[in-house]
Amino acid sequence: MTKNLTAKVLIIIAVLIFFLFGIFGIPKSFTPAGLLASLQERIHLGLDLKGGTHLILQVQVNDAINADSDRAIERLKDDLKAKNIAYAEITKPNPQQNPELISIKGIPSESIGEFRSLVADRLPDYDLASGPENSFTLTMKPSIVKDTKTKAQQQAIETIRNRIDQLGVSEPVIQEHGLGDYQILVQLPGVDDPARVKEIMQSTAMLEIRQAIGGPYTSEQEAMQANGGILPANAVLMKGKNIGATGQQNSDQYWIISRASAVSGSDLRTADAGRDENGRPDVKFTLTGEGGRRFAAFTGAHVGERLAVVLDNKVMEVATIQEQIHDEGRITGSFTEQQTQDLSLTLRSGALPAGIKYLEERTVGPSLGADSIRAGVRAALVGMIAVMVFMLFYYKFAGINADLGLFLNLVILLGFLGFSGATLTLPGIAGVILTIGMGVDSNVLIFERIREELRHGKTPPQAVDQGFKHAWVTIVDTHVTTIVSAIILFLFGTGPVRGFAVTLSFGLAANLFTSVFVSRVIFDAILNRHQRGEALSI
Amino acid sequence: MELFRNTNIDFLGKKWYFLAFSLIFSVAGLLSIFFWHGIPFGVDFKGGTLVYVKFADTPKLEQIRAAMDRAGLKDPKIQRYGEAANNEVLVALEQRETSEAALDQGKNTIIHALESTEQARAGKQDLNNTGPSSIQQYLLSKDPMHLGIDAAAKYLAIAQQIDDFRNKQHGGVLKSVGELKGVAPAEVVAAMEQDFYTSNFAVRNVEIVGPQVGGQLRKQALWATLYSLGGMLVYLWFRFELIYGVGAVVACFHDTIITIGFFSLLNKDITLTVIAAILTLIGYSMNDTIVVYDRIRENIKLLRREALADVVNKSINQTLSRTILTSGLTFLTVLSLYVFGGEVLRGFSLALVIGILIGTYSSIAVAAPMLVAYQEWRSHKMGRATLPAAASAAREKIKAKA
Repeated sequence: MTKNLTAKVLIIIAVLIFFLFGIFGIPKSFTPAGLLASLQERIHLGLDLKGGTHLILQVQVNDAINADSDRAIERLKDDLKAKNIAYAEITKPNPQQNPELISIKGIPSESIGEFRSLVADRLPDYDLASGPENSFTLTMKPSIVKDTKTKAQQQAIETIRNRIDQLGVSEPVIQEHGLGDYQILVQLPGVDDPARVKEIMQSTAMLEIRQAIGGPYTSEQEAMQANGGILPANAVLMKGKNIGATGQQNSDQYWIISRASAVSGSDLRTADAGRDENGRPDVKFTLTGEGGRRFAAFTGAHVGERLAVVLDNKVMEVATIQEQIHDEGRITGSFTEQQTQDLSLTLRSGALPAGIKYLEERTVGPSLGADSIRAGVRAALVGMIAVMVFMLFYYKFAGINADLGLFLNLVILLGFLGFSGATLTLPGIAGVILTIGMGVDSNVLIFERIREELRHGKTPPQAVDQGFKHAWVTIVDTHVTTIVSAIILFLFGTGPVRGFAVTLSFGLAANLFTSVFVSRVIFDAILNRHQRGEALSI
Repeated sequence: MELFRNTNIDFLGKKWYFLAFSLIFSVAGLLSIFFWHGIPFGVDFKGGTLVYVKFADTPKLEQIRAAMDRAGLKDPKIQRYGEAANNEVLVALEQRETSEAALDQGKNTIIHALESTEQARAGKQDLNNTGPSSIQQYLLSKDPMHLGIDAAAKYLAIAQQIDDFRNKQHGGVLKSVGELKGVAPAEVVAAMEQDFYTSNFAVRNVEIVGPQVGGQLRKQALWATLYSLGGMLVYLWFRFELIYGVGAVVACFHDTIITIGFFSLLNKDITLTVIAAILTLIGYSMNDTIVVYDRIRENIKLLRREALADVVNKSINQTLSRTILTSGLTFLTVLSLYVFGGEVLRGFSLALVIGILIGTYSSIAVAAPMLVAYQEWRSHKMGRATLPAAASAAREKIKAKA
């Protein structure tokens, strides 16, 4: 009985061509160099193979909660004042650990009803609880806390991506990382000295223009004394670099600055590094329409007074408002050119909603990556040749069958990497090598079963049929267990380890096709030409 | 050709030897874990700073140690790394030297200390520790070739060439700027000879892990291992019977303990990739066990009269050639990985080498005898002597499909 195998052979050839295309695309030339070039274009190498920097950072999401509760306190104070409700104090008892808590003390008994309705009306994101002696605690609703934190993380990812894109790093990866600890993974291929990039990423770049109420003072004490020991309402004391004559740039100065800002970073439209009329590096910025209107209103109302450019809570510059300004401004200070370039970049990319902290930093130099590729490829070739030779030696003709399957298995695996855009890491190469070793296991299981059936006196076609049938269940079992552990590895692992899990699982999945379907077709093709009574070479 | 044809080894008769062998290795490993080296977590899990440095010629460890002392680093671990001919050194700092606030402080101190061993070359940049973008910046500012508009792109290409030449042909360390002759245009080399020098080392690889990440990963690794074992138990329960699952998972657990114990005895670092290897082994060493179990189940139905111990013995013998061949072939590739795969994967491949040997042993010497032990215990306790062998419906379904 001969089987018609044309359709199956066509399927195998189609699969082969399809995945070869996955590996090489349409190569520019068929020389070894041309094929290698197209291979390099299709298969993306991980950081550990091509060199680069891998950073894990954590968004200090409590900053974002603190900013929100600070705004709530400001609003509450304003509203209480407007309604003439007295209070002893409004504070945050523990801004480090519990930034979502606000405590209010000393609301007069007769105003409590009004106070409650005010809070319900004006601060819907907070729950109000009353304590002893007319004190109250406002707690941000847990859903809002979670939401604010998630938003802070996402905004941080966006901001960092903007900044890195402008640095011209090719193919950076910036994504959420870990299990809900507000971590971000940043991978920067080709960057082997991350110091500058880290600095740019970390700068929060909160730009504000506020009113300068008093200063400069040389020390905090002097500032307090000049104001009789009490800061004016709605003002804060801020540090700034001495902006006077060069030569004493490094001494600190203190300013009294309004708490509210006229415009802030989100009102910026552009920011560019340039030079002022004295040739000193500066940053020029323009404002958006809305920001420009507010800035015009502010400068119009305060002609002759001073404004302060505040960056990350530090006074960068103080200038007298000569006339109403609409939508342009500049920041000068004692900057180097590099600093103005970096500053304009961070301003353009927007402010980070919260500070970030670095948790992990790994740098792989390109020479190590090149060595790793060489070692990995060598190990793969040696392993593959050893396995192939053994199969030929041990199973004779059937060994060719297994070796062809193995070859196709590798083509499918590499083609999959080319198609999916998954990155090949060094452990990923190890996954390929393991696939070679585990892949032939299926052939061994089938061949051994066929031998056993032959020993029991079955004819070659029957033995092949029974061998595949019995081994199939075992092969499914063994593949499932290995793939299950690879999937768990994928879920738990990061970067390089994930690359391993990907190549191993896909290699084994492809192995089901090659060791069962392809190998069976080859056996059937041999049996078709087989004379009755002739022994099977296995 | 055939190995192991018609073997008839009384495996179960040797169960006391097996038990002794397993106990010796597990107990030795556990003793080392609890009283000697502990679990030698690598930097991934315990945090710290690792700097891998490659030197132009044989590194002088004493000199490096002295430089680190001068820089005020408290007993850093300084050791040769990889093949001697590669001239590589690993400098490691403990977690307490790695501050959360300035994560890369330790790394910077190490690099500055190494630089201090160099003769001072005022105002010059170190070519061996300068990346392509910095070289491009330098060339742009000097403009030795007087390039016009697309200077940036051209200089970047030159910088890239220099970088490639250094990294791919000289392993990252050049001995003099003059070696660039013929690689970069003459004007560029001439300019760079003025402003660059070559130090005798290059930083190959840096790993800095803060304490928070380390703790988190330890927890994750533990959970992943437990999930993996749990997953296997459930799968085997579903495919066979609960006792088969228990037997296989005990065997796997035994493999895991012995592998980790080996790492502890050898005091080799357990890194993320080692855990990856262990997780893979949990899946893989299940394979041999399944092959043996499959045959036991088949034989229990065929040979109803024989004692379970005989059935198990027969099954192990019948599948022995399969078990040895499949493991042996995988072992071949893993061995090739261990020998040729390079230093970075050494721990990973070592775990696989040990694990595959132990895994194969345990599927014969632990998993299968467990079934017999269970049955003896049951019959002793309840006077019943049957091992569940009824094929579950799931298995029949898969068979029918095939």
